[in-house]
Amino acid sequence: MARKHVQTTINGDECDFLCESNETLLSVIRNQLRLTGTKEGCSTGDCGACSVMLDSRLVCSCLTLAVEAEGKVIETIEGMSEDGNLHILQRKFIEHAALQCGICTPGFLIAAKALLERNPNPTETEVRYWLAGNLCRCTGYHKIVEAVMDAAAEMRG
Amino acid sequence: MSELVAYEEKNLKTIGTRPLRPDGVDKVTGRARYGADINLPGQLYGCVLRSPHAHARIKSIDISQAKALTGVKAVITSKDFEDMPSQVIPVGELVANFRDVTRNVMAREKVLYDGHAVAAVAATSESIAKKAINLIKVEYEILPHVIDVADAMKDDAPLLDEDQFTQGEIRVLGGDTTKEPVHDKPSNIAKRLTFVKGDIDSAFNEAHLVIERTFTTKPVHQGYIEPHAAVASYTEDGQVELYSCTQGHFTIRAQCAKLLSMDVSKIKVIPTELGGGFGGKNNVYLEPLAITLSKIARRPVKMVMSRNEVFRASGPSPAGRTYVKLGLNKKGKIIAADAQIDMQSGAFPGTPLGQATITCFTRYDIENVRVIGHDVISNRPKVAAYRAPGAPVAAFGVESVIDEAAKKLSIDPIDIRILNAAKEGTQTYYGVKFPRIGFEETLKKAKQHKNYQIPLKENQGRGVATGFWMNIGMDTTASLNVNDDGTIAVSVGTIDVAGGSRASLAMMVAEEFGIDSDKVRVTTGDTSQLGFNFVTAGSRGTFAGGIVSVLAARDAIEECKLRAAKTWNVKVEEVVWENGFARPASTNVGPFEPLSLSDIARNSTRTGGPIAGHCEKNVQGAGPSFGTQIVDVEVDKETGSVKILRHTIVQDAGKAIHPAYVEGQYQGGAVQGIGWALNEEYIYGVDGRLQNPGFLDYRVPVASDVPFIDVEIVEVPNPYHPYGVRGIGEVPIIPPTAAIANAINDAIGVRFETLPLSPPKVLAAIIGS
Repeated sequence: MARKHVQTTINGDECDFLCESNETLLSVIRNQLRLTGTKEGCSTGDCGACSVMLDSRLVCSCLTLAVEAEGKVIETIEGMSEDGNLHILQRKFIEHAALQCGICTPGFLIAAKALLERNPNPTETEVRYWLAGNLCRCTGYHKIVEAVMDAAAEMRG
Repeated sequence: MSELVAYEEKNLKTIGTRPLRPDGVDKVTGRARYGADINLPGQLYGCVLRSPHAHARIKSIDISQAKALTGVKAVITSKDFEDMPSQVIPVGELVANFRDVTRNVMAREKVLYDGHAVAAVAATSESIAKKAINLIKVEYEILPHVIDVADAMKDDAPLLDEDQFTQGEIRVLGGDTTKEPVHDKPSNIAKRLTFVKGDIDSAFNEAHLVIERTFTTKPVHQGYIEPHAAVASYTEDGQVELYSCTQGHFTIRAQCAKLLSMDVSKIKVIPTELGGGFGGKNNVYLEPLAITLSKIARRPVKMVMSRNEVFRASGPSPAGRTYVKLGLNKKGKIIAADAQIDMQSGAFPGTPLGQATITCFTRYDIENVRVIGHDVISNRPKVAAYRAPGAPVAAFGVESVIDEAAKKLSIDPIDIRILNAAKEGTQTYYGVKFPRIGFEETLKKAKQHKNYQIPLKENQGRGVATGFWMNIGMDTTASLNVNDDGTIAVSVGTIDVAGGSRASLAMMVAEEFGIDSDKVRVTTGDTSQLGFNFVTAGSRGTFAGGIVSVLAARDAIEECKLRAAKTWNVKVEEVVWENGFARPASTNVGPFEPLSLSDIARNSTRTGGPIAGHCEKNVQGAGPSFGTQIVDVEVDKETGSVKILRHTIVQDAGKAIHPAYVEGQYQGGAVQGIGWALNEEYIYGVDGRLQNPGFLDYRVPVASDVPFIDVEIVEVPNPYHPYGVRGIGEVPIIPPTAAIANAINDAIGVRFETLPLSPPKVLAAIIGS
């Protein structure tokens, strides 16, 4: 089967790759492009560890075919900090001890950023339901929710 | 037995503060490298063929077609592993028999559970490896299987091991340990362990109130988000480099060396960042397969489990059936306690029987106790440790019965526990006499907690339960180097299992030297750099890792004092170390300006060479941990759904080195307990196959399932740690199952004896009552 040529933009840089037509975006991001910050926790869209932005839409990259990225803009955790400065969410996650093992952290950060872009002033309940697609087994979510709400407050100024 | 290290009360600069964790930036930017993030040049991809049957004899395996597929570089079966004699060694908080370990990593005569490894392939791509797996032909003779622990104990149960005869041991406090006569009929019960203290029969006769009930807990998975992964490279000269996401790289090395008959020195294990373990990453699964495939293919081999494989083939927690009988006097004092805990162990023996039986009643000071435990095999994956392994199985029953007793005697559920609480000097039934402990303090603070006073509404209820874990020390090492600018590099052999031990160890070292903690960098050394370390389990990372780091620091400080003495040409006794400086012990020593750590480090070449400290120790003196939790629930009578309204944890940390990370351990452990109580379970079909091997059908708690978890840290110092540290990671998972069941009972008057308390079960009980 001929491999497909896909042209995309990843974290601001133009990027093209060859992939099988049945290959997932997650597989290409991790195994070809070696952007291993995006994690594989389940490959069935249940844990959120593989969350990325595709044309400003939050998606599970394990449920997205790599060919679907043609002409689109992909944002991964590696593109979240800018000019050497951590994103406010990244900083708040560290300050609030909102991560332990850290394997779910990239997915949570991508999902939380997507939330705050749509809703800059979420309630605790809105944060909890938005992040319900991301599993964390270490923290019990307490400090993650606190970090996201604190980041939202700081971003609102 | 090595020396204990005493607690010293002193003014603290760093300990108790909340510096940022050194692994934080790597984890929020995607830089941190976990098991599956490791790639070696020229690597192949390994896949495992797993049994679709719960119990079957392997009649033949034909690998010829798989081997012939283009791109396939190696195919292995049990023929590529030596058989092992029966030999039991400790692995994490459990013990393992190498006859069983080699059969668990690759089935030999029989497959014993759905998901049991049968063969493995290494190929140039993952897709080729998967194709090759499907070309392997296995002929099975299907055998009758048994899944449930109670069924497995029956006389006519299908036998997993025809050569297993129950071994029994009775330990009488203050008396002898005796072996029971060996049975003449094989059984799925591998072991029976009995503890006896006093005389329960006469005590039950004198009791005012006797309650007995039987409870069932379901095996649940540790649920770490990072699947198991291993990358192995076997070189032409027989050396192995192995990357593994593990809680114990030294024990992984030991197990691989044993299984593959290799010298320990020929295997170097490099631990990656650990994406969660909770006890489930103490054991070998992929590692010996990856090494063997690499040995045959002569190329590095990378293996990563799918989530389906994680559920089917890596250890779920132990669970089982617990019979509890309590006898109390009129005042609510427990005068007799009896329990039988039937623990499912999976396909091979080695459930945490000791832990379940030891923790069963130990929070309470009871004169007359008997606890019987059974280690029972059945056609499920071999259990692995999971946060306080064994303890929640017993505690669900014991804490439920105490709650019922409190209600029947009209005593407050916290007061009845205070009345019975173990204290300093309490003689446990398993032999230990408690040193200073903080159980009573957690109960009293819980009683005063503002959440305990909040009035409840209709269909709401409040439940209380407690937990105990003994904690461990074990073999631990640290190597500390003073860099030439006076900063410090510490290499430890414990894994940062997520709790932030790198931060906590740096804080303790900084406190010893009297410098800022950001001047201390703690990393985990690989197996070639340090002496042996036991797995990071049993809540020993910050306790035992802390002791060796502190002793390594003290070793280096002594050397710094020597160097100052040399510089000043005085005796070392005339030098003291204070707040990061070597100073003359008194004005009589001489008019010397204090020397900072960086002054001494800069001059170290002239005073004798680089400055280092180290410690290798079988750490003793782990302080027992206790906690009390209060849970408020609301039951939806139309759906049976249980909502956690408030969850309050009061637990003794001994000393919270970094309070935010202590809170995180408490909150995370409690939410795992909430999952165990409300939703999580392994569901098997009548065919013995696991029906929910994925996060969609195996439902762990998500953010919208839980409220904020309120934490109060009690600090009763462990007398045998320089800063008073107790292990804290295990206890938080113990109380939630009973606390939630007790809260539901308070809300709707139904006493549940089986987990999980899922909506259909709760609804059925509401309709039934």
